[in-house]
Amino acid sequence: MNAPPLPDRRHRWLLPLLILLLATAAAASLALGPVPLPVPRILSALTGHGDRIATAIVVDLRLPRLLVGLLVGAILGLSGAVLQGYLRNPLAEPSVLGASNGAALGAVVAIYFGLAEWNMALLPLMAIACGLVALSMLFVLAGNSGSPLTLILAGIAVSTLAGAGISLALNLSPNPFAAMEITSWLLGSLENRSMRHVWIALPCVLAGTALLLGSGKVLDALSLGEDAAQSLGLDLARARLPILLGTAIGVGGAVAVSGSIGFVGLIVPHLIRPFTDRSPSTLLLPSMIGGAVLLTLADVAVRIIPTQAELKLGVVTAFLGVPVFLLHLMRERRIW
Amino acid sequence: MVTMELADMTVALGRRMVVRNVSATLHSGSLVGIIGPNGAGKSTLVRASLGLAPVAEGTIRINGTPVSQMGRQTLARMLAYLPQGQTLHWPLAVERLVALGRLPHLGPLSRIRAQDGGIIEQAMQRADVLHLRNRNAMELSGGERARVLLARALAVGAKGLIADEPLASLDPGHQIDVMTLLAREAHGGALVIAVLHDLTMAARYCDRLLLIDRGRLVADGPPADVLTPERLAGVYGIGAYVRTDGNTPMIVPVERVSAD
Repeated sequence: MNAPPLPDRRHRWLLPLLILLLATAAAASLALGPVPLPVPRILSALTGHGDRIATAIVVDLRLPRLLVGLLVGAILGLSGAVLQGYLRNPLAEPSVLGASNGAALGAVVAIYFGLAEWNMALLPLMAIACGLVALSMLFVLAGNSGSPLTLILAGIAVSTLAGAGISLALNLSPNPFAAMEITSWLLGSLENRSMRHVWIALPCVLAGTALLLGSGKVLDALSLGEDAAQSLGLDLARARLPILLGTAIGVGGAVAVSGSIGFVGLIVPHLIRPFTDRSPSTLLLPSMIGGAVLLTLADVAVRIIPTQAELKLGVVTAFLGVPVFLLHLMRERRIW
Repeated sequence: MVTMELADMTVALGRRMVVRNVSATLHSGSLVGIIGPNGAGKSTLVRASLGLAPVAEGTIRINGTPVSQMGRQTLARMLAYLPQGQTLHWPLAVERLVALGRLPHLGPLSRIRAQDGGIIEQAMQRADVLHLRNRNAMELSGGERARVLLARALAVGAKGLIADEPLASLDPGHQIDVMTLLAREAHGGALVIAVLHDLTMAARYCDRLLLIDRGRLVADGPPADVLTPERLAGVYGIGAYVRTDGNTPMIVPVERVSAD
């Protein structure tokens, strides 16, 4: 008998293609901006032989910004794919579910009440803890119902509560720029990031990724529902913990350095799903790379779109996220 | 070979006793039908046998080992389960869906291997869904979907198969297809347990019937012994025309009579 085609042999070109896109986006992010730089000058700056201006722009400004964007985009894309699989709901993702705003609240409290000055590790830790609280609240509010409506309502409740908390915290803090700061935490930004931010985000994103990437088998089994998944030998109670912790740690670390950037985890699995066999496990790694690509490109866009003040990153991702909701709405109403 | 032994099993959901003191020993090579009115506890009985509902009292043993002491994965390799009203949450291709049946045999991070491919192929062939392999499983007709979901359960390669209402919403032709398939699996050496509502189908294809009423096992034996007009009146509250010439009874419900 011929060996039958195995399900995951198809779509082999997806990962190489995404990696190529990632390299292109990263190069664009280093090259483009208010001062465009040619590739040779970037390369010599990166290898330490560049002129002073090029080195300042590339190594001190654009490289940290690129790295933070890659880390944040990767974990947002991955956690979106995992949450969609776990909740069996294509509208799930960290910002829609309130995890991002929860984490942002933690970060805001850590920064504006001096905790982060006292000990830098408290910034990501507070973000992670508040992200965890937000996710737990969501699971309690939404219960076990697989209904998209319940989940979205619960997500709005948690997200709005945390958003209000951010505004309150900034209003109470002795800070003359409160209004500006509120928007930058609620919409997210990669402006003026340094290597310090990379070092804050990196361990969190790595730990979150490690916890989340192992969940593929559980997510696949859950596409048949909870009873069938358990009868396939999976312990769902035990599977919940790494998903919850991985999302909270990864997204917490990301949000602590970038604010709450919405919709990346929603858009990316949507774009990638048609190029996979549509099982949740095959979506994980591509969504992670895709998230990094998307956020890097969005960040290039905010830099080259000529506006008076730089656009907030979350504005761009929100514009991209709305069509995904519209598509679902149209399918729901059978217009599509 | 697999032998499933229910010893004095009681299951409570919340405060309500849903299954009470059920004892039965089921052997491979037979198709066992579990019948009874709505809400009698049939689904809870099979879910508890699979460790999906907590057993309040009594034990379930598979080949002598209590289920409570078995790992979930060990149990999953011995017993495949097709839940009632099985849902599918993502538009997987049929082949990918059937491949999910191999999950109990995979390590935490390992992927499906070549020999799994052969088993998946065979399962699709047995359920007669090979020609659907590349179709979107969400866009199948009811009969096709029922067979695909059965193929997923067969792909587990377990010695036991428990199907909860595999005939729900199937037309008579597809009901016969599914029952023939279950009987063939059983007579090929597996233990097949099916929760059924169609009494004539149950009588015609099952080797043994367990009749459940309000959580209790009220009759256990060959279809002709279990499906008597008196029991049908007492348990289902129906008057039925029961034809018993030949070996298998044929039951046509005729009128409602009050139970008890």
